[in-house]
Amino acid sequence: MTTAMLDAPIEVPAPIPAAAFEAEVNAPPKEILIINYSGDLEKVWATMILASTSAAMGVKTRVFVTFWGLQVFVRDDVRITGENWMQKMLSAMQRPGVSHRKLSKMNFLGMGPWMMRKLAKQYNVASPKELLEAAKELGVEFIPCQMTMDMFGLKREDMIEGMGEPVGAATVIGMMTENSVPLFI
Amino acid sequence: MGVVEIDQLVDARGLSCPMPIVKTAQAVKALTSGSVVELLATDPGSIKDVAAWCKSTGNELVEQTSDGAVYRFVIRRK
Repeated sequence: MTTAMLDAPIEVPAPIPAAAFEAEVNAPPKEILIINYSGDLEKVWATMILASTSAAMGVKTRVFVTFWGLQVFVRDDVRITGENWMQKMLSAMQRPGVSHRKLSKMNFLGMGPWMMRKLAKQYNVASPKELLEAAKELGVEFIPCQMTMDMFGLKREDMIEGMGEPVGAATVIGMMTENSVPLFI
Repeated sequence: MGVVEIDQLVDARGLSCPMPIVKTAQAVKALTSGSVVELLATDPGSIKDVAAWCKSTGNELVEQTSDGAVYRFVIRRK
């Protein structure tokens, strides 16, 4: 009979403790990790806007700066960086510094960024440099990529004040899997 | 609504997103709990942004008024 087969007790899974459930629902990770990979003006702008706003909202904010994104954090007054001729040539062809960014499209030998900056002024949009200063003041941590620093021959003294200690990919993955909301820009 | 005593004015008139929020956060950070900040802004986005900021940071939005061109927010630090 079928009833015989219905004798086995059903194992009821233990209910999720209310406290744990509430913690999961009501406490989303209050940390943001932006990976600033690009050195393009419009993307750097997005990084700076999101980083400063996030810190302003009380969210712990870290920005890992790597590859072309690292050039953004070289001091504006540093012109040539690197130790060998290839590294020097790279910086010569692409001027580092937050104030010397180019657009990824419609750059037109600097015409595009010039118009962009003029429009931003006209509409009172803060420049990436102003936003960077605000972000730093609000406690955003900018962390350079060790590998990129080595490859481009960048030294700590080439970089802007207040940068964090250089780290590697494993540290970044660790932050992501722990409790940060990651953004790749 | 009663008259709220203002401890600090943040004049963000003419500034675009995200500066009204950034300047408010900077001002609030420097004040003690219970202090009141008055924010003036012309960015229409600030209506939603200030509310979102208050909700996220736990600061209290005491008043919000407008004359059509300028938005005025009164925020009490938590």
